Amino acid sequence: MAKKKTRQPAARHGLITALRNRKLKRRRSLAVDILLFILLAAFGIFSLFPLIFTVVNAFKPMSEIFIFPPKLTVDNPTLNNFYDLGFILESFDVPMSRYIFNTAVITGLGTLGTVLLGSMAAFALAKYEFPGSKMMSSLIVYALMFSASVTAIPNYLIMTYLGLVDTYWAVILTAVGGTLGLYLMKNFIVGIPDSLIEAATIDGANEFTIYWKIIMPLCKPAWITLIILSFQQMWGTTGGVFIYSEELKPVSYVLSQLVSGGIARTGVSSAVSLIMMTVPVVVFVISQSNVLETMSTSGMKD
Amino acid sequence: MMVSSRKLPFRAALKRYRNQYLLVAPFAIVFFLFTVLPVLAAIGLSFTSFNMTSAPSFVGLVNYVTLIVEDDVFLTALKNTLVFALLTGPLSYIMCFLFAWLINELPRIPRALMTLVFYAPSISGNVYLVWKLIFSSDTYGWANAWLMKLGITREAILWLTTEAYIMPILIVVQLWMSLGVSFLSFIAGLQTVDKAMYEAGAVEGIKNRWQELWYITLPAMKPQLMFGAVMQITSSFAVSQISLDLVGFPSVNYAGHTIMTHLHDYGNLRYEMGYACTIAVVLFLIMLFCNILVQKLLRKLG
Repeated sequence: MAKKKTRQPAARHGLITALRNRKLKRRRSLAVDILLFILLAAFGIFSLFPLIFTVVNAFKPMSEIFIFPPKLTVDNPTLNNFYDLGFILESFDVPMSRYIFNTAVITGLGTLGTVLLGSMAAFALAKYEFPGSKMMSSLIVYALMFSASVTAIPNYLIMTYLGLVDTYWAVILTAVGGTLGLYLMKNFIVGIPDSLIEAATIDGANEFTIYWKIIMPLCKPAWITLIILSFQQMWGTTGGVFIYSEELKPVSYVLSQLVSGGIARTGVSSAVSLIMMTVPVVVFVISQSNVLETMSTSGMKD
Repeated sequence: MMVSSRKLPFRAALKRYRNQYLLVAPFAIVFFLFTVLPVLAAIGLSFTSFNMTSAPSFVGLVNYVTLIVEDDVFLTALKNTLVFALLTGPLSYIMCFLFAWLINELPRIPRALMTLVFYAPSISGNVYLVWKLIFSSDTYGWANAWLMKLGITREAILWLTTEAYIMPILIVVQLWMSLGVSFLSFIAGLQTVDKAMYEAGAVEGIKNRWQELWYITLPAMKPQLMFGAVMQITSSFAVSQISLDLVGFPSVNYAGHTIMTHLHDYGNLRYEMGYACTIAVVLFLIMLFCNILVQKLLRKLG
């Protein structure tokens, strides 16, 4: 086995050197290159335009928001929209710090639950076969095929029955019960060599030790990805019908209320949107390489 | 490692795989309660009349008959959802792949940057509300301002309240935000396609990039392509929030009404839970059917 593995890259390397000259001949027409570049640039602009528009509007003074025709630049940038936002938030009954605390609890526990429960189950399902494991694995794939919003109503009824409505748990448990995280984690763990687990088993380690000491350190990119995806989801949640007490609502609820409720004017709304989008975008930028490493194993086999 | 588990009596299996069951159990419980049970509950309640104040009473197929025979608004919603999903599903899927493929040829830094540009709209929370400003009905809206400035139209168009424009605008906005998890999956997948395959392909007589794409890249990406299909189909059928936020509820002449907004109407506004569950079951079946159909098709192609 080991011999085979060392031989293969060498053979491949030989092939590469042999083909180097031919590779240069790979035909690519310049016209198509230009056309594809234009397409990429055009969609890039389409993708960026609303985002830039939001950023610019957040710094526009009132006098510049309403000019004809609207401009994508700002002549006298101002932070007034942010001050106004602070002023509106201060006038609320529930202090902003409380909403931030709610978001922190929901995001923290939801993310922790997704990563921990997801990785435990993913490890067992990826590396062992036991009665029911196959059924569980296929149920997880089927669960990807419909969105949780479809079953929000019966889910709400179940939450009511369990007395969880209007607590953080209603939002947290719904997210933890989702399967995307577990699915990605499982695919990633399948790629970890069985020999590592066999060696540990021979040394007397049980499944829990293997999970914690071997699997978890090795699938760092996977759980970072789960943290990011879970964070994005939890950050955006408004609590919906699951949380109705004002003092338990998350930040997104207040901010989206300000925008869609018409309380805030255009400038302030843009300031809100800018804050809402900056957080997940920054988090993604920091973690991009880990996320992409995990996503390379996201495929559906057979 | 993979010891066959068949023909083991239940108790013996439980004893032998105790640790594996313990690893799966926490997730399995949450998954069952908040993902599986809601589906079963929806099916059960769809045969009842239930308004949350008194116990559900069995009514047989009445809800289904009403939905299909009498509820004209549902038929509008069904038509809109199908049009919407059949357009945005495949289009967004092709876009995810096309842009991932184009970006893949760029050097590292521009690639990371373009990934962010395309991915950002899908994680930016409620930034899509900026489309409301772009398609605003007054002359301060971007679309109106520039169409009038350039002399294409003479009067401001009521974009979000004109029946003919509602669906196209929702489709544009959905496409704008649709480069999400599948897009990342494709980028990551393209990175893992073995470079030697392309070189070998050049020897075998592959002439241009289109043949390369068809004979090497696509087959190597099949697992990611199947995963991406599931993600795009599911999200294109579940659209509701952008419709509620951009064109309001109910939209003019129900032009932006989807199965999800119909569900929202009966579940969250009218509290007719039995009927709402019937709508949920129908949407659930449509999503599952489309997903399984597309999976079968993709499997046959490869």
